Amino acid sequence: MSCGALLELKSVACVRGGRLLFEGLDLTLAPGGAALVKGPNGAGKSSLLRLAAGLLRAAAGEVVRAPGPIGFADENLALDPRLTLGRALAFWERDAQAGLDAMGLVRLREVPVRMLSTGQRKRAALARVVAGGSRLWLIDEPANGLDAEGRDRLAAAMARHRGTGGAILAASHQPLGLDGAVTVTL
Amino acid sequence: MTGALVLRELRLAATGGAVLLPLIFFLLVATLFPFAVGPDSALLARTGGGALWMAALLAALLPIDRLIEPDLSAGVLDQLAVRGVGEETIAFAKLAGHWLGFGPPLMIAALPAAALMKLPADVLLRLELGLLAGTPGLAALTLIVAAVTAGLRSGGALAGLLALPVAVPILIFGAGLVERGADAGALKLLAAVSLLLVAIAPFAVGAAIRAARF
Repeated sequence: MSCGALLELKSVACVRGGRLLFEGLDLTLAPGGAALVKGPNGAGKSSLLRLAAGLLRAAAGEVVRAPGPIGFADENLALDPRLTLGRALAFWERDAQAGLDAMGLVRLREVPVRMLSTGQRKRAALARVVAGGSRLWLIDEPANGLDAEGRDRLAAAMARHRGTGGAILAASHQPLGLDGAVTVTL
Repeated sequence: MTGALVLRELRLAATGGAVLLPLIFFLLVATLFPFAVGPDSALLARTGGGALWMAALLAALLPIDRLIEPDLSAGVLDQLAVRGVGEETIAFAKLAGHWLGFGPPLMIAALPAAALMKLPADVLLRLELGLLAGTPGLAALTLIVAAVTAGLRSGGALAGLLALPVAVPILIFGAGLVERGADAGALKLLAAVSLLLVAIAPFAVGAAIRAARF
């Protein structure tokens, strides 16, 4: 592992359901770095993120992560729909305040998760990533369902994260405002 | 994290009906059984213990599709994994939480159930002893089957087919303990079956969670 890299993929291949999605993929994310994964639907963007998170095994190649937790957000919210947003987030992160602030969710703290709209759910998933304080963020379609204000908050949160030595691997069809990000096209 | 997970299991069980539903089912059987076989006290006392054990076993199967599958599809298991929580730890916490929400309430429900069956005090005592020894095994078995069938279509129906044959020893020794009285062998065998299931559950469930993810 090159010194200090938070994530390193070495000629990684991914096979899902007997179908080869991609192979020979190399990627290194150093502190402050970012990569944007692009590609048509079904190209394996989400699979690449799950591979990087260790939730999928690579069919070939090697995935090396710096030790420690990962901030991971995909289409699954993983928040108990019956709890209020504040309590549901508190299960994952003792101090969820930073995340609520960053994503503009403070007013919704007492609202049950099941009442949240699509965009608000996406904000909640991102709030957990922000509050987690992990150095590596793996976020899948983070701008889906977000309004202009939400996208601005997301861009600001990502910029702050990179400014403090974090790294981001994001999969998205939309521009995320990740300056100087490597583009990975599947 | 393990403590928080156990508490979460208890909260989910309490709010999602996983505690109440098996209890109501268990008490329903105890209420209906005397209507079915008639109010003959001697007959009820002789057969009631076995009927209650059968009710306990079927009640254990009721929450099977709420144990693993919702966490798998909602991404909770993924979020735990990226935080470095091992699958075996998750399985152990789920086992502890599930038993706490299932075993003790069932033992309490057995008191009115035994009254409905006109079970004598010594039989009730043996029933409670048997439930104490057997419900951890039932909880472990339910959890294993829930994990193995998580993510499958109509997993609930399959789960019953998978769990019932393995639950037969618990039923035999549990009902045997109730009926044969002083025979301590039944209690030991019941505890042994239960212990075996509890011991393998964290590893079996952990492996099943990993397999469901990949």
